[in-house]
Amino acid sequence: MIRAEGVGLRYAGDGEMAAVTPDGEAPEVLRGLSFSVPGGGWRWLLGPSGAGKSSLLRLLHVAARPTSGRLNLMGVDVGGARRHDLPPLRRRIGMVYQDFRLLSHLSVFDNVALPLRLAGRAEGQLRADVTEMLRWVGLSKVAAMRPPLLSGGEQQRAAIARAVIVRPLLLLADEPTGNLDDIQAERLMVLLQEMNRLGTTVIVATHNMQLVDRHPGQALELARGRLVRDA
Amino acid sequence: MRSGGSRLGQRRFDGLGLRHAPGWRVLPLMVAAMVFLAALAIAGAQGAAELGRHWQQGAGATLTVQVPRPGAAGAPGGSAGENRRDRVVTLLRGTPGVATVRPLGDAELSDLLRPWLGRSAEQLALPLPAVIAVTVTAEGPDLPALAARLEAAAPGTLTESHEPWVRRLGLLARSLRLCALAALVLVALVATAVIVVATRAALASRREVVETLHGLGATDFYLADRFARRASRAAALGGIAGLVVAAPVVVVLAALAAPFVGAPPAESGLPGMAELLATLQRLPPTLLWALPALPLSAAVIGYLAAQGAVRAWLRHLP
Repeated sequence: MIRAEGVGLRYAGDGEMAAVTPDGEAPEVLRGLSFSVPGGGWRWLLGPSGAGKSSLLRLLHVAARPTSGRLNLMGVDVGGARRHDLPPLRRRIGMVYQDFRLLSHLSVFDNVALPLRLAGRAEGQLRADVTEMLRWVGLSKVAAMRPPLLSGGEQQRAAIARAVIVRPLLLLADEPTGNLDDIQAERLMVLLQEMNRLGTTVIVATHNMQLVDRHPGQALELARGRLVRDA
Repeated sequence: MRSGGSRLGQRRFDGLGLRHAPGWRVLPLMVAAMVFLAALAIAGAQGAAELGRHWQQGAGATLTVQVPRPGAAGAPGGSAGENRRDRVVTLLRGTPGVATVRPLGDAELSDLLRPWLGRSAEQLALPLPAVIAVTVTAEGPDLPALAARLEAAAPGTLTESHEPWVRRLGLLARSLRLCALAALVLVALVATAVIVVATRAALASRREVVETLHGLGATDFYLADRFARRASRAAALGGIAGLVVAAPVVVVLAALAAPFVGAPPAESGLPGMAELLATLQRLPPTLLWALPALPLSAAVIGYLAAQGAVRAWLRHLP
């Protein structure tokens, strides 16, 4: 599923993630990461703020390419793949952001339907799947509402529904409980574990150790861009 | 459950929210101005071509032959003027490439001189040469050889071709046409730049949405196509508006220029409705397909420029 061999990441260019060291070179935010995650596996992604968790998730979500080493996702060499090979790969990966990133100009229904539409699913065929997904996450009654009108928990569930509607092989979550109270956080964990039980590989980045203690599992721990634990 | 998506067809689905993005609102107005200028440039190019063709068919197809009469400057003495003129006329009529030969009468000569010498031209008793107006066929005669033969038949005969003037007029017409075409290209480039700027403004306002869709697996084509369709539609609307404004202006200008390309001028000097309608029917076919093609061209330029701008921006993403 995931195989990383000496993976490093250095932000360059004029993007918002770019920064340069005094010698004019962009700093390497990830260095020499080597690990593998089998299909259907579960990994916590741990480490303090600034350790590189979000950067590793960006790599795994193909929002960035490794600047060194080799990263293989579902049989695709991310570093060497052609540009037009990446969108199909991204469609097999679900991503849950801490800030949800729901599109505020669309209804909850349309937000959840987005990945299906991008995959070319006909309008007549996607309605049943989206309706079922909204029922599964408990958002049937707010399907026509726009995200800014929802509570934080509802937005998070909408974001999860959008991430899993295409039944991804890999599900990534970046601090998914950061904006939720304990009860909503537990509900979210149940959803993620259910996806994992159905065969989806799940990687959850968090610094909430209480959450990890309640749901023990294998972990990748980062510190200053290096992998310090894989167990 | 009310579903926001059930009412939306795939083609109408505005996933990027471009309907409310800035940039598109001023685009139709800008493109309308560009199309208006382009229409005038095309009409100018076409008008210059028509005028050039008319001038070449008029002045280029005529010769003026002057046969000095006895006593006139340059005329050798001893020959009877009428005989000399008749010899030249006979020779001209037998020359291949000559269509018509018409000696001007004295009254016509006086009319020609009146602007220069006034009403007393007839009383001046100047020994005027006989003047023969000659029209030539499209192939025309060999002018140097003809001049030599006329000189031999009636010494002192001058053959005046309008060819240098025609060449200059033709050059002027071609230059005007090239300038108009250059203006057209310039307008197209400015329109492209305007569309690119509008697209970038829309991109800047929808950056997070584009990045989110990109992360969900949207292809470059999908994203660029959404912007390009919106830009194309705005450009087409602007193009139609610009054409609607430009069309009456072009027709009025064509009516004003009509007398210079052979059409009868309006009695009042200003074209009336009947003349405008007649001008509409006389418009060159090139103009009739080129002007309606402007909104279509604007739409195509809008689509391609927006596609290029979005694809260039997407290169920032992996």
